[in-house]
Amino acid sequence: MNTGTAKHGSNVSLARRAWAIRRNALRMGEVQGQGYIGQALGVADVLAVSYFHALSYRPDDPEWEGRDRFLLSIGHYAIALYSAMIEAGILPENELETYGMDDSRMPMSGMAAYTPGMEITGGSLGHGLGIAVGMALGLKRKKNPAFVYNMLSDGELGEGSTWEAVMSAVQWKLDNLIAIVDFNNQQADGPTRSALAQVPEAAKWQAFGWYAQEVDGNDLDAVVAAFDAARGHDGAQPRVIICNTTMCKGIPFLESREITHFVRVEPEEWAKALEILDGEKPQ
Amino acid sequence: MKPQELSRRQSKYTARTAPEGERVATSAMIASLDAEGRDTIAAPFGHALVDLAKTREDIVGLTADLSKYTDLHIFAKAYPDRFYQMGMAEAVMISAAAGLAREGFTPFATTYAVFASRRAYDFIIMAIAEENLPVKIVCALPGLTTGYGPSHQATEDLAIMRGMPNLTIIDPCDAVEIDQATRVIADTPGPVYMRLLRGQVPDVLGEYGYQFKLGRAQMIRDGRDVLFVSSGLMTMRTLDAAKALQKDGVDCAVLHVPTIKPLDVQTIIAEASKGGRLVVTAENHSVTGGLGEAVAATLMRAGVHVPFRQIGLPDAFLDAGALPTLHDQYGISVSAVTAAVKSWL
Repeated sequence: MNTGTAKHGSNVSLARRAWAIRRNALRMGEVQGQGYIGQALGVADVLAVSYFHALSYRPDDPEWEGRDRFLLSIGHYAIALYSAMIEAGILPENELETYGMDDSRMPMSGMAAYTPGMEITGGSLGHGLGIAVGMALGLKRKKNPAFVYNMLSDGELGEGSTWEAVMSAVQWKLDNLIAIVDFNNQQADGPTRSALAQVPEAAKWQAFGWYAQEVDGNDLDAVVAAFDAARGHDGAQPRVIICNTTMCKGIPFLESREITHFVRVEPEEWAKALEILDGEKPQ
Repeated sequence: MKPQELSRRQSKYTARTAPEGERVATSAMIASLDAEGRDTIAAPFGHALVDLAKTREDIVGLTADLSKYTDLHIFAKAYPDRFYQMGMAEAVMISAAAGLAREGFTPFATTYAVFASRRAYDFIIMAIAEENLPVKIVCALPGLTTGYGPSHQATEDLAIMRGMPNLTIIDPCDAVEIDQATRVIADTPGPVYMRLLRGQVPDVLGEYGYQFKLGRAQMIRDGRDVLFVSSGLMTMRTLDAAKALQKDGVDCAVLHVPTIKPLDVQTIIAEASKGGRLVVTAENHSVTGGLGEAVAATLMRAGVHVPFRQIGLPDAFLDAGALPTLHDQYGISVSAVTAAVKSWL
């Protein structure tokens, strides 16, 4: 799958990519003193598989017509996607320190008009999957074989509009649509499961007619297998991968915090986190 | 602690039997606009879209279970493979229209004005307007064009939509203008919200040789004593009121303002500044936040001080009933407009 870029074809391991994504996110968080670090660290493995295993794209031509579309409906995860796109060469690394600053191409919440490679403006939750439905319909009209991926969060499953899109995708047999749910069980006021009934996750999507898989989103091999199965599935139906992730994955002293939706990180803790991460650098 | 007493809207109705003699049937309740002796044209929006689609392969149609009630069924029949029935799901209809626009198509999405403006607002503003995508949202039952009550009466849609940056808002008068405006907005970049009269739609502007111009207010008839500034179906009412008032020696001008946003402030200021005329805005919308207040603000900002009155629906939840009755009751029928103007002179 990894066409269009020399970087894709290199021997850099996915573990190393995920590590670099985490590192970029920590560096951006340190610059700004804040950010959705917990989500970025948690979803780094899924993004590594997305950008270095599954997606077709051209780093120097983010609007290439043949690209797979990757929609981030969870705009507040922008720091995670910027980190992945920097590693992918879509965004230059020397812009990393502009994160969240005036006139930056990397605002705190993801917006299409600001950032190359950012397909939609997210942030108001429950929008992405519906837009993905329209883009998948559009690609089919154009007989373009690209896939549309929409990364959404468990919290977004509380938005009714998400379920409108879930039904519509089945109605239109959108076999070119892959939803990725980052299920970290954390939303602004606490655990997602405490807010709005959400279990059983995969069974619900299946009942609606999707090809559903549920994986450990921090197990790279499992995520790769799920992406391959989603793309290769031969049913005329949309696909979803529910990725169970751990907030702040990779930095134990952050993982253990009670409130991880928006992590408070003391100034000296950024260096500590980077030190831990650097000590775990994969080959 | 005892919960507080609710102060609900109380029913003013008591048990009654059906009246003797002529009745205003409920078939007149939904969108069959009184043609007032005029010729009508069937489904002008649907036919214009079909005509456009012959040469514009980028045009696609979407609806949220209301194709027959927005005249989109004409398009659906002519181009079934370019028609998307999205079900009773306005959020995904609007979002999917945004997605189709991102892939290079020009979607026309239809529903009732209440559902687009109230239910789908967040999706229109974030998925479409913020991205300035060329999605055309065409909505039936604007203002008081149904007797179904507040669930279907979009008496505040303009107030809601005017706050949205990038959005062009059109309130056409009749079948002639709907046909023309549909073609113009298809060629216009960016998002459009258009109010729609559907079914058998009166032909009013045909006799004036009118041509819709986006963003332009146009003088349909000139006059010395009163300047009507009107939009949508109220332009047909003000034209008729002008004829009635003429018989009493009152000379009325009718400035038709089909584009609510961006408003043609130049023309409105120029006409209002001529002086000696009572300025009367007329709209099929609440007096709160629609054309009337937009014109008032325009004149105040420009320092134009003129006698000013507003005709429009009250800032209230309206009654259910038959349209002709309701139009009289709420002051937007021809006779009500005529009487109001006389009382002000």
